[in-house]
Amino acid sequence: MRGLWKLIGVQMKLYLREPAATFFTIVFAPMLLLLFGTIYGNKPEAFFGGRGMVDVSVPSYIAMIIISVGFMGIPIATAASREAGVLRRFRMTPLKPAAYILANISSYYAMTAVGVAALVLVGKVVYGMKFQGNVLSVWAGFTLGSLAFFALGYLIAGIASTARIAQAIGMIAAFPMMFLSGSAIPLEVLPQSVRNVSRFIPLTHVVTLMRGLWTGESWVKHQTEAAVLGGVLVVGIILSARFFRWE
Amino acid sequence: MAVIAVDRLHKFYGDVRAANGVTFEVNPGEIFGMVGPNGAGKTTTIECLEGLRRADEGRLSILGLDPQRQGYELRERIGVQLQESSLPDRLKVREVMGLFAAFYRRSADSEALLEQLGLAEKAGAAFGQLSGGQKQRLFIALALINDPEIVFLDELTTGLDPQARRTMWELVKGVRDRGKTVFLTTHYMEEAEELCDRVAIIDHGKIVALDTPRNLVSSLDAEERIVFSLDGPADEALFRTIPGVTRVERSGSRVIIFGRGDGLLVRVVMALDTSKIRFRDLRTEQPSLEDVFLALTGKEMRD
Repeated sequence: MRGLWKLIGVQMKLYLREPAATFFTIVFAPMLLLLFGTIYGNKPEAFFGGRGMVDVSVPSYIAMIIISVGFMGIPIATAASREAGVLRRFRMTPLKPAAYILANISSYYAMTAVGVAALVLVGKVVYGMKFQGNVLSVWAGFTLGSLAFFALGYLIAGIASTARIAQAIGMIAAFPMMFLSGSAIPLEVLPQSVRNVSRFIPLTHVVTLMRGLWTGESWVKHQTEAAVLGGVLVVGIILSARFFRWE
Repeated sequence: MAVIAVDRLHKFYGDVRAANGVTFEVNPGEIFGMVGPNGAGKTTTIECLEGLRRADEGRLSILGLDPQRQGYELRERIGVQLQESSLPDRLKVREVMGLFAAFYRRSADSEALLEQLGLAEKAGAAFGQLSGGQKQRLFIALALINDPEIVFLDELTTGLDPQARRTMWELVKGVRDRGKTVFLTTHYMEEAEELCDRVAIIDHGKIVALDTPRNLVSSLDAEERIVFSLDGPADEALFRTIPGVTRVERSGSRVIIFGRGDGLLVRVVMALDTSKIRFRDLRTEQPSLEDVFLALTGKEMRD
């Protein structure tokens, strides 16, 4: 138990020492918000149902943080530790594999939450962002989306033979998803043809769920999103456990 | 009572018999070495003992535990240095020690360990900044962090310069002198000869000899060699008459005298002196584990 907590702490520290990981998790989304906030401001627009650009962007960017951790952070770091023999060294201790993975997931989850907190803080302090949702409900949605994408991240790490391949798969999967899901650019500004494709991208469901919960909609209205993400989580766990390798 | 007992260990990789009936016991408090060329089955054997690999056949008992079924209990009580492993580059030495100490019920004083291994000054350095020798010493510190009863060292000094290798030998002897059992593998014969209390020579997955280095060498009954160069004319028939000399080889001014028995060197030098034969560059060559290996397997150990 002591080992588990210690490992979570160490993993978080290591995460913060990795400039690229820190940038994409904690700095990138608030930076983007400041950039587009400066250009468009946060004036209520009929186009966004009476909300401003920032009000809509904050819950959408949460999905972007989730995918950057899930599809880039996790696969690259996991495959790299396997490749270098770091996982082998941990296996030679009495630490159980499940504890190692739990510590890993916990630290990624915590860092993703820090990223979200930074984003919300900038939205609130700089732009007086509106939030009409229930904090617990939004937190539950964030958790579901994060865990589903983390499971896919471990799956990528398991399939890829090396860290470089894991990086390539993660990037190729992540960038189109970011732009076609409405996480980087609101779905409203995308043409209908693109939105038809968006429906089949798992990340879109994170965006829709977060934006909905953000404005106070209930989970009942988002059964589709909950079902899709729940399905991705379950399948992701089964497949990532199946493909996970220590060596 | 043996702390490690291995009975007819078999491990196959497809058609390759990496371990083919390996049987031995290790006594408490000794440095037991397994030597052999690359691919002989050393790493397979040590990894089966550590529980990293599952034996296909045979019985293994380490501290009375089965490395597969009682692996977690065993890992509390053994320390392991793996041939190929690593740590996150940005993790600092002190953090590594603190983290690994937290994994065990029992832990040694990590500051004292770093001190003993000459890493105290590097406590604040990141793993990625350490030299090869420093990384290796850190892995030894990790192998000792739970105050283990047995320490496994796999190819400890491979890739180290001779100076660092000697330092490492002293460290390993220090570990034994603190009452721990050491099981190590190496493909350096001189390392086995210098360091180990007992040596098992392994080739093609089988142990071909097992004894103290001294006994292994003397069991060979190999000749001692006395080599020198002549500084003038001499009749080599003279050398053949010296008691204990078995044969003489000569090429140009260079002479090699083969022989057995204590005092051979003294008798040869006295014979040279009384016959007023001038010579230079005289040295003796003792048979070593290298010769034992050559005699047992019919091949040179060196890469």
